[in-house]
Amino acid sequence: MTTAPTRPPGKAERIASAAPSRLGAFLRLRELPVTVALIALVIITTVVNPLFLSPQGVKDLLLNATIVIILAVGQALVIITRNVDLSVGSILGLVAFGTGTLFATVPGIPIVVVFLAGMLLGALLGAINGLLVTVAKVPALVITLGTLYIYRGLNNAWAGGTQYFAGDRPDAFGSLSVDTVLGFPLITLIAVVVVVIVAVYLAGTRPGRDLYAIGSDPDAAKLFGIPVSRRVFLAFLTNGVLAGLAGVLYASRFNSVGATTGSGLELAVVAAAVVGGVAIFGGSGSVVGAAMGALLLTTITSALTALRVDKFWQEAIVGVLILSAIIIDRIASVRSARKLRISEARNV
Amino acid sequence: MSEPSSPITRSSPLPPADKISSLDTRLIDTTKTLTTEPKGRTGAARILLGRDAIMIYLLLAFVLYASIAIPRFASPVTVGFLLLDVIPVLLIAMPMTLVIITGEIDLSVASIAGLTSALMGVLWASGLDIGLVLAISLFAGVVAGAFNGFLIAVVGLPSLAVTIGTLALYRGLALVVIGDNAVANFPPGLTAFFTSKIGGTGIPTVMIGVVAVALFFGVLLHLTPFGRGLYAIGFSKEAATFVGIRVARAKFWLYVGTGSVSALAGIYWTLRYSSARSDNASGLELTVIAAVLLGGVSIFGGKGSIPGVIAGVLLIGTINFSLRLERISDVVLIIVTGSLLIASVVAPSVFEALQRWRHGRRMHKTLPQVPASGATSATAPGVQERK
Repeated sequence: MTTAPTRPPGKAERIASAAPSRLGAFLRLRELPVTVALIALVIITTVVNPLFLSPQGVKDLLLNATIVIILAVGQALVIITRNVDLSVGSILGLVAFGTGTLFATVPGIPIVVVFLAGMLLGALLGAINGLLVTVAKVPALVITLGTLYIYRGLNNAWAGGTQYFAGDRPDAFGSLSVDTVLGFPLITLIAVVVVVIVAVYLAGTRPGRDLYAIGSDPDAAKLFGIPVSRRVFLAFLTNGVLAGLAGVLYASRFNSVGATTGSGLELAVVAAAVVGGVAIFGGSGSVVGAAMGALLLTTITSALTALRVDKFWQEAIVGVLILSAIIIDRIASVRSARKLRISEARNV
Repeated sequence: MSEPSSPITRSSPLPPADKISSLDTRLIDTTKTLTTEPKGRTGAARILLGRDAIMIYLLLAFVLYASIAIPRFASPVTVGFLLLDVIPVLLIAMPMTLVIITGEIDLSVASIAGLTSALMGVLWASGLDIGLVLAISLFAGVVAGAFNGFLIAVVGLPSLAVTIGTLALYRGLALVVIGDNAVANFPPGLTAFFTSKIGGTGIPTVMIGVVAVALFFGVLLHLTPFGRGLYAIGFSKEAATFVGIRVARAKFWLYVGTGSVSALAGIYWTLRYSSARSDNASGLELTVIAAVLLGGVSIFGGKGSIPGVIAGVLLIGTINFSLRLERISDVVLIIVTGSLLIASVVAPSVFEALQRWRHGRRMHKTLPQVPASGATSATAPGVQERK
């Protein structure tokens, strides 16, 4: 860009511009608003009600967030490719009920096998989504809206009025969400591992970077030689596996699983990803942000209770939070576009 | 790109490529575009074989089948209950069609209906006149829609994200307004009116209003410049801006439209079930969108029609109702909705792929006869000229 006639800035000048630009890069982090909001929320709540950050309080916060975190990570993968998966709530429901059924019908089944079976079922359901989206070339919103109904209907047909309760499951399975290591519940540790693995994969591997390219401009990605269909399929498959994992953990965390388990979760999960800085039209955001978004949205419920805010205000506040996340994102992108235009103009 | 070359070989033996003057090429080019062009249907065939017509045939065929095969189907009682059930979806589907045609979406409709319902309950319980209650509730819907419209059309935020936010916000406000309570003591005359039927036909009296709403949006979409502009916006927002369509203004008013019609649906819901609760109509947004897409509206925008959507809504309603008459559980029935939705979007693309495959095979049969050099040199100027 910088050619001979326009002299590059002097050394002192460059250093001066480098220091604020590092600060600027930090300020432009997409995960920053959600992190600040989360920290502020926790601090304010703790000041008002010190019990909020007691070991038990922290444990409850993390337990509540775990399942949404895993779902939001998977959803972020899909949204980054400029798709969306609305069927996650239904996948979670099917897998959770399947888990209950496995434990009830096959006594003494190893817990590992149940985890694998749940993730396999999730993978199958996610693969159906992925195949329909990539082979039939139909928008994901429509396909996954359809599979949202179909999976839920299958769940209803399979479960009927049946419910499985915690008593049907071995104690070791239930204690996954009771026992803690260093204050972290075991299932939360599983979620953390998931976040780390997916974050590294997304940030550091070629297929991971491809997902961003696809989300920024699918046609350009195709021209560039990225196997778009295969990558999008992979995103849906992974999302299915993670929804399956979340389903198994749901059965561990909650007492009963039945026909309506997990219904209505899908929009909350998309909201978590959006609040965490994942752009709804793909191409930017990170799974860490999505996980933070999930943590914020679940924490706010407990925080409002701790602050003795009327519980009826909770959902409205969640709505305001989502809207402010989008508006902040918009302001940031407008500003960076303007800055880019000015710097481009100077460079020509 | 074998498509443009084949008709040339069929039309006439070509002179050697180097002797073709530019005039000749242009002449050949025009005949070529004519021979390859007649693809779409015209006249009556276009209407009778179009997608909307197919939806309507499907609906008629299914109604006919149900009337013959299902014992209690063909009765005024059935008609009455079926229509009472589909009215909320049918109402909201009308403005939703227009919104989706412009390439946007509104997920907050059910929450607006819930908010209206909650507001009605509280206002009525506080002793206001029922006319005033209805007016304020409707106005709340208009404001809610305008807020969506402001964020999407004026600020320019993505509608999917905004309406997920307002979905939570409006439902939350409904909770704030009415909490856990339910208000049920609406004037009996009014609630009776909302379930009353026209004579012995079984058609609910409110259908008159629903038909009026459908007519309004049908005329607006298909017969006014504003409506035709919506298709242009859905195809290409930039192009629409350049031909002078005021995109932001159109979108703003569409969201005011979805807001006010959702409020109407909320009022209907409250008075039909004679119950104002915060969770009224929850989850309805996805049902509405499924019905609209099934009715042939493209989620990418630019395609769809009101008659097709009406047929889609009624088809889902009829199939569900008749399966319910066959004692199949309600909750299992959503499999039908889902499958219909996926079939309706996958079928055209499968059909298209099949057509392309057949076309490709036909091209393969004719292509080997073309002298390779002549074909390339004859098409090259043509391609340039088209630009």
